[in-house]
Amino acid sequence: MDLNYSSDELAFRDEVRGWLAAKLPDDLRDKVETYAELTRDDLMRWHRLLAAKGWVAPAWEQRWGGTGWTAVQRNIFEEECGAAGAPPIVLFGLHMCGPVLQRFGTEAQKQRFLPPMYKGEEFWCQGYSEPGSGSDLASLKTRAERRGDKYIVNGQKTWTTLGHFADWIFCLVRTDPAAKKQEGISFLLIDMKTPGITVRPLMLMDGMHHVNEIFFDDVEVPAENLVHEENKGWTVAKYLLGHERMSAGRTGVLKRELAKLKDFAARQPGSGGQTILADTHFREKLTRVEVEIMALELTNLRFLDAMRRTGQPPGADVSMLKIKGTEIQQTLTELMMQAADPADLHWQGVLAHRYCNMRKVTIYGGSNEVQRNIIAKATLGL
Amino acid sequence: MNFDQDEAQQLLTDSLQRFLAKDYDFEQRRTIVASPEGFSTRAWTTLSAIGVLGQALAPDHGGFGGGAVELMGAMEAFGAALLVEPFLPTMLAGRLVERAGSEAQKQAILPRVVDGALRLAFAHAERGARHDLGAVRVQARQDGGRWTVTGEKCAVLGAGAAETLVVSARIPAGVGLFLIDAKAARLTPQRTLDGMRAADITFDGVAAEPLGAGGNALPMIEEAVDFATALVCAEAVGAMKFACDTTLDYLKTRRQFGVPIGSFQALQHRMVDMYIACELARSMACLACAKADAADDAADRARAISAAKIKIADAARLVSQEAVQLHGGMGMSEELKVSHTFRRLTVIAQQFGDAGYHLARFATLDASRIAA
Repeated sequence: MDLNYSSDELAFRDEVRGWLAAKLPDDLRDKVETYAELTRDDLMRWHRLLAAKGWVAPAWEQRWGGTGWTAVQRNIFEEECGAAGAPPIVLFGLHMCGPVLQRFGTEAQKQRFLPPMYKGEEFWCQGYSEPGSGSDLASLKTRAERRGDKYIVNGQKTWTTLGHFADWIFCLVRTDPAAKKQEGISFLLIDMKTPGITVRPLMLMDGMHHVNEIFFDDVEVPAENLVHEENKGWTVAKYLLGHERMSAGRTGVLKRELAKLKDFAARQPGSGGQTILADTHFREKLTRVEVEIMALELTNLRFLDAMRRTGQPPGADVSMLKIKGTEIQQTLTELMMQAADPADLHWQGVLAHRYCNMRKVTIYGGSNEVQRNIIAKATLGL
Repeated sequence: MNFDQDEAQQLLTDSLQRFLAKDYDFEQRRTIVASPEGFSTRAWTTLSAIGVLGQALAPDHGGFGGGAVELMGAMEAFGAALLVEPFLPTMLAGRLVERAGSEAQKQAILPRVVDGALRLAFAHAERGARHDLGAVRVQARQDGGRWTVTGEKCAVLGAGAAETLVVSARIPAGVGLFLIDAKAARLTPQRTLDGMRAADITFDGVAAEPLGAGGNALPMIEEAVDFATALVCAEAVGAMKFACDTTLDYLKTRRQFGVPIGSFQALQHRMVDMYIACELARSMACLACAKADAADDAADRARAISAAKIKIADAARLVSQEAVQLHGGMGMSEELKVSHTFRRLTVIAQQFGDAGYHLARFATLDASRIAA
């Protein structure tokens, strides 16, 4: 057992760190640092900088721009981006639709969609959840009817993150209403400019516009935009869920947030002339979350190490990374609220917004209860 | 970076597991616990033959030159089997001899430890000191060339099984370490909550031999206790893994309302949380063992080991309590091993410092790191 990075890995880390120090624009770093809202342009500017360097989609097949890095290198890269205060990568194209197309797409679909996705010329969003289909995703009702060389799509998607920025949406749609629910679903790529699509903002309790409702009213989609076979969309969805959870255990951002919290608490006056950081009750909660971050980071590395040894992607156990990572995110924002002077918790400040916003993380991407169901069934055999 | 056991470690773990399965199952353990000595000299001989007693000692003294990492698999196996042999106290005191002793003392003691001929114990804790390693009131006095020790130590693990005690006592320079013949001390034996043996010890001006050159040994005590803490972290992982496995098995076989109780989501989620706690604890035990032997930075070592012990203490409490709860009434019974695992995990949660102690130590180390 050796928990240290090899000298090659350390050299790689230094290379990434050096590049980030030189190329991450100050204004973007400042926005991330102050929790300011990132615009479509901000997100795409960072995407294109990474694309120009060849680092925007490390895990892709090398033919389409993947870097050929080891799992440990990919982890180092993500950690360093998080620690440096880089904007998040929008996952829907690069981490979701891209891998799906490489696994299930036709050559023509790959040629058409992967290069603009890589370069950041087309912005993607995800059409999964519906008003009646959240955790029970397979009950979805949005209907796609085959007519000649087209599908006609009718229905509604909801909670569509950044749908108002998107050029394209990948959707799960029902192509066979008579089949058992998982068996009548297909995976369809839809141009957001198609007539019949309406995007309506859903305002969340943090007062922000991140998510949308999307209505489809006789929307015509060329049949060539079907990915994998008709009625085999659930296979694609399951493949994608595994991918999604694997990226949930990133600790670079968590470590940066922890450092900020410590720094903040060290400047907040508490009772008896000491700072909040020195307050025993606060300090115990803070240390416990720091220990949780250490445990999460090491567990993530253990999974990467197991992948290296077995050549297999980790199974349902990655759900625990999602559970713990999101619980830690929430605890950090909660402690930030506790450290703050009550007088600073007004709606013009950023902390209360952030606390409200972070309640979403244990709900999205498969709620933490669904993640527990997955571990219970797939790992524990219950 | 890798989390593997190397081939030698795997072989050691495999031999231990074979021995434990054959000669140390729950019923055999029950007999050993009930015996007057509370441990088995036969088992001890086997541990020596397998080579585990010398794993963490230097080759110069008959050992194999490993450390906590090399003992990780062994400790996990001991945790799963609820081994009650005085392995941990012998390793802890042996570490002190190796760190603080003179060459002559090391040569006189350590090869015999490796051979299984000599068991040791570390008499350090005193009533009221709780987990503060520096709170030593037992006095050492020098009269002419001779040292004597006077005072009381409490709950010294493995004292009754030990031939030689390593004893901490106050000296002008701080806390000194001494070798004392166990027969010269007055022992009041106890059985611990987890079925092991300990003793309160009274020293009435007992003849003592300073370990090494004398002087303040507190940093060495801290190092050795950190090492032992890393070992119990690994042991806890083995015990928690057993608690999880046996509880999962129970959920699948116990039927109520016409179905296995594991079909109830309320229980499934609790089982999952036990499983997650155990996996995260395992990661932290790896960290603790990896840092226990990286002696170049004492603060870094202490910080990592405190972090690990916090996680282990919290996880041990959760897993042990939930294992009993999910077993229902059967979890309370003396008959099932899970209730004994509960008791061992309860002790481990506070052994070498509970979560509260390590939270405070971590915060102190962190504050000096920020100040530096």
